Amino acid sequence: MRTIVIVGASLAGLRAAQALRKRGFDGRVVMIGAERHAPYDRPPLSKQLLAGEWAAEKLFFHAREQHATLELEQRLGQAARSLDVREQVVTLESGETVSYDGLVIATGATPRMLPHAGGLQGVHVLRTLDDALSVASALSQGARVAVIGAGFIGLEVAASCRKLGLMVSVIEPQRLPLLALLGEPLAQAAFALHADHGVDFHLGVRVRELVGEGRVERIVLDDGKEVPCDVVVVGIGVVPETRWLEGSGVALSHGVLCDEQLATNVPNIVAAGDVVRWPNAAVGGELMCVEHWSNAVEQGQAAAARLLDGPVVAPFRHMPYFWSDQYDRKFQCTGRVRADDAFEVLQGGLDQAMFAAVYGRDDRLCGVLTSNAPGVFLRARKLLAQGASLEEARRALS
Amino acid sequence: MRIIVDFDLCQSHGLCTEAAPELFELRDDGFLYVLNETPGPEFAAKAEKAVLECPTGAITIKAE
Repeated sequence: MRTIVIVGASLAGLRAAQALRKRGFDGRVVMIGAERHAPYDRPPLSKQLLAGEWAAEKLFFHAREQHATLELEQRLGQAARSLDVREQVVTLESGETVSYDGLVIATGATPRMLPHAGGLQGVHVLRTLDDALSVASALSQGARVAVIGAGFIGLEVAASCRKLGLMVSVIEPQRLPLLALLGEPLAQAAFALHADHGVDFHLGVRVRELVGEGRVERIVLDDGKEVPCDVVVVGIGVVPETRWLEGSGVALSHGVLCDEQLATNVPNIVAAGDVVRWPNAAVGGELMCVEHWSNAVEQGQAAAARLLDGPVVAPFRHMPYFWSDQYDRKFQCTGRVRADDAFEVLQGGLDQAMFAAVYGRDDRLCGVLTSNAPGVFLRARKLLAQGASLEEARRALS
Repeated sequence: MRIIVDFDLCQSHGLCTEAAPELFELRDDGFLYVLNETPGPEFAAKAEKAVLECPTGAITIKAE
């Protein structure tokens, strides 16, 4: 292989590039990125950046890692438009073509937008640095904020806005925040946490309409209520960014369909990060996308290894891990958690800043959720990796 | 090599303790401790793994 092209200039793509060099690949590495920015870190966008605690410069990976030796050819600010797997060519939006011998697909995911936003100004999603900067700039003018969707992004935005002293409404069709993700007890705790901090919830209702003259002025809900607002942040999930691959021959199924080693169905093409759907041996071989930071890091490296070494590499397995900062709480969660799993608090309490809780299914430990308890979290994470029973977890962690 | 942790950035995710248990430890007080700030070259691969997997970019390695 002389040229490896990485489509996607975020964490998974960067870690893939680093792994290629680390493994001694000395050919060309071309990195294509839809955004105009060099690779940067996304988790702080909804947290430190929005709360005004960090400047944007602090997010760039080259500011905290040494990338000089990577010798990347970067094509930034240009999305890939299409892929020709027979000629092994990627075509960019500008029409420029880039040939490859090996390809890493790392195009991530794109936020879902409300169908009825209707081109109004003041309606944002939060995925990219430019998204975050434009939200931050809108917030700096003392805006009334409406967050649509009470998932993690929405709740982090709400917390950051409350830190800034802004009025925040959160609108969610389910009857509690995080309900489908983490189940009833945690959902109630999340509701209480945000309500105590002054968030105005509209739960169990859908958005009927966004109204305004050019700029959004209010949201009309299904029950007829109106939420006045200057800024709307929509956090209703993401879809894998695979539009450029449609019809290319790369198998797609709610993501790029990969095998256990992150290879696609096309020779010399692997994938990494949020865009990947693969059978995850760490959770019983379930086909899944894992849209979290650590997964992007590990998949980037594993995909690079698969590309260079071929099918002799070990299957890629990953226990999902994510964290979320809201007010004075750091939540950490690992495992494959479902809303109807058994749920037990083993330390602290859900109404307290510190707690450690476990999720179980068929008497096996299947997930861990802690707040401000990093030491307990790490011990519980080891138990999860060992396939511990709920009883073993109770004894070790209570 | 020298391991440097920026404790203003460290948020005790503890992933480094899994990547390099000989070098890092997260204690019950919730804080990270560097067990060996000047490890030998045999720990280079593990230390680099810890750097890449740290969610807050708190770890750097300096060649000595």
